Amino acid sequence: MGEYVVELKNVTKRFPGVVALHNMQLAVKPGEIHGLIGENGAGKSTLIKVLTGVHMADEGEIYVHGERKVFKNPNESAAAGIACVYQELNIEKLLSVTDNIFINKWTKKGFLLDYEGMHKKAAEVMQSLGQDIDPRKAAGTFGMGVQQMIEIAKAVLIDAKMIIMDEPTSSLGEKEVKQLMQTCRELKARGVGILFVSHKLEELFELCDRVTVIRDGEYIETRDIQDWTNDSLITAMVGRTLENQFPKEFGTKGECMLKVENLTIGGVLKNVSLEAYGGQILGMSGLVGAGRTETVRAVFGADPIDGGKIYIKGKEVHIKSPKQAIAEGIALLTEDRKGQGLVLAESIRTNLVLSSLKRYTTGLFLDEKRIQESGEGHIQTLRIKTPSIDEIVGQLSGGNQQKVVIGKWLNSEADIYIFDEPTRGIDVGAKVEVYNVMNSLVKAGKCVIMISSEMPEILGMSDRVVVMRGGRVMATVDRDSKHFNQEDIMKAAWGGSLDD
Amino acid sequence: MTKKKSGSGFQMGTLLALVLMCVVLSIANSNFYSYANLMGILKQTAFNAFLAVGMLLCLITAGIDLSVGANAVFCACVMGAMNKAGVSSGVLMMVVAILAGGVMGFINGTLLTRLHLPHPFVSTLGMKNVLWGLALMVTSSQMINNFPESVQFLGKATIGGFPVSFIVVIVLYVIMHLFLSRTALGRSIYCAGGNMEATRLSGINTANVLTFCYTMSGIMAALGGIVSVGRSGICNGANANLPYDTDAIAACIIGGASFTGGKGTMIGTMLGALIIAVLRNGFALMSIDSAGQNVVLGLVIILAVFMDVVRAGMEAKNRRMAAAAKQEAEEKEKVAK
Repeated sequence: MGEYVVELKNVTKRFPGVVALHNMQLAVKPGEIHGLIGENGAGKSTLIKVLTGVHMADEGEIYVHGERKVFKNPNESAAAGIACVYQELNIEKLLSVTDNIFINKWTKKGFLLDYEGMHKKAAEVMQSLGQDIDPRKAAGTFGMGVQQMIEIAKAVLIDAKMIIMDEPTSSLGEKEVKQLMQTCRELKARGVGILFVSHKLEELFELCDRVTVIRDGEYIETRDIQDWTNDSLITAMVGRTLENQFPKEFGTKGECMLKVENLTIGGVLKNVSLEAYGGQILGMSGLVGAGRTETVRAVFGADPIDGGKIYIKGKEVHIKSPKQAIAEGIALLTEDRKGQGLVLAESIRTNLVLSSLKRYTTGLFLDEKRIQESGEGHIQTLRIKTPSIDEIVGQLSGGNQQKVVIGKWLNSEADIYIFDEPTRGIDVGAKVEVYNVMNSLVKAGKCVIMISSEMPEILGMSDRVVVMRGGRVMATVDRDSKHFNQEDIMKAAWGGSLDD
Repeated sequence: MTKKKSGSGFQMGTLLALVLMCVVLSIANSNFYSYANLMGILKQTAFNAFLAVGMLLCLITAGIDLSVGANAVFCACVMGAMNKAGVSSGVLMMVVAILAGGVMGFINGTLLTRLHLPHPFVSTLGMKNVLWGLALMVTSSQMINNFPESVQFLGKATIGGFPVSFIVVIVLYVIMHLFLSRTALGRSIYCAGGNMEATRLSGINTANVLTFCYTMSGIMAALGGIVSVGRSGICNGANANLPYDTDAIAACIIGGASFTGGKGTMIGTMLGALIIAVLRNGFALMSIDSAGQNVVLGLVIILAVFMDVVRAGMEAKNRRMAAAAKQEAEEKEKVAK
């Protein structure tokens, strides 16, 4: 038996066009709570999926108690004693707690299921996790904390040697977090290894024995918790050299195009205020779930708001639908371009005019000649690689699809362009072309808002940055401020305050 | 200017199937290829062709309207009730019928878009039963005849043997074809069916688009109801139970529409409606009873959907192969550099 309950050595995982993990290392001891931390896109999810057998590593080895293992599917990983409590819980809300715990592992008495025995065992396991509940009740009748315990009970029931917890506290209240930490410590005392993935530094410091930092799919460092500090963790997470891949050009700051005051959506956004100017790019930084997308969707009328005021060019507006927002001169390029940006089964021709059908209508009918001309124009200026304007958009590459989305919104002739993660999943060349579109918009005096989770992109392209966390604006940083650097913006995104 | 290429291959196949059926039937039965019989087929097609227009709009939005048949019978019965109550103006009857059908369609659309019922399958199935009951209520469960000539004109009249109802169908289909392919609203309907959220976020009021489709479906059903009165001379609330909806769905699906939305054309639907009418006519000529008819029609629908699935699978495979080939070529290019 080795020193570690689970050990990963030199694991590499490639996806078409991306190396998601490169020579990844991880070693979790029995009876240890091991923190795992990294920026968005650092490779945490891929790492978890390799451990749970969802993905197979292309190179490298996985050892469980010193024994080499190859996981072809999640069942083999579970059989080796690795369990995972995902951020999105796998709870059948209508089934009883017992059914959830024993799913696919039912015990039988003769031909029938032995519910008496299972209820008893379920009650025992839940009690050992500090939950004195009736396992006959439907799982959905309990709160998130208990539902999470049901997932942990599943792991306990299969006698898991290591339990992975992916952002386990993100949907819990304060009291439930305390209970969860207590449970983690008890599991630790039983000799179970816990891999605790979290965005919250204070939780890592409170709970973990050791913490591993990963960045851009690479292993950075593992240290005992007392050897880490807030600052050293953040530096390890973001510490990369900034290459000048950002062809930033400056416009002249114009009037305040968009002003948001105390925008509130119950449980999602709290008093969000920001200003965006013509001739400038306003970057929106923060972790996933910080409320950036929710803010711009609310401004765009895609989701209803509970309170707050929105001004466009100094005039208060009450936007209730995307249609109205477009009429007010706002364009929103959504993060999920396949799900929300494009009609994949339709042609480039149709997608390009989707937001401006009225403008391309002459009399009763669509003016196909004008659509054709402007479409060909967009294909040329945006350099959309396609055999023809009638190509189905679903057949284009990610970068070209994004260019179609951009073309669609250029057609709407807006004043305020909101880009939500505009370069996610597209190659470097296409990224530069997207930046150049932003540059030309800014130079034409338009207002650009760019949500990005990539710090270099935020710093490379923004004139000003709004940093959000937990549905609030934490800081607003100008390009010439001393806080306009990775460490300070990251600090704000992780909940720290910036002094002046 | 090249138009949409996808789907036209399938319509070629549909046309071929129709021609083939006609050839086989001409050989099998000498009566088939007579002018009277062919005109009879067109007359029969008209009713289903009206219902299929509304059904197609709903199918393109990835929805369905299972109440079209019951709505048509209900509208016919509304005219019957007016007739019985002594209303003499045929025009008034038809106007009221079209209004009634439109209102019922509007209710379907409202249930879906404003009350957010999950899928129109459920709400329109409910409406089908409501309309069936209402049709019987307004007529006191009696058949009504002796409609004014103006009401019967559309379903009964012919020009040189050619049914007026089918002329109206042709005109309607041409207009609807232009509407679907050449207007902003028409394009919005396809886009809403292809990706509802992307369409909404592009500033199109998708709720209104859907409501429009269901209202149109109701109006088309009413037209079908008027035709049915002309053809049979009566209205009968009990008919609301007949599988008119299935025939309309079958016409659309055979014509290339898909339950997943975003697809379907007027030309294809016309071919689909003709195929069904020819099939039914062929059965009658060869004295196959309705039990046998039902079995074969059911199989044809399943076959059409199966072909849709196979076609989608093949398209996806071709796309993957093309993408893989492209990637390979790019990698080779990189290596060459």
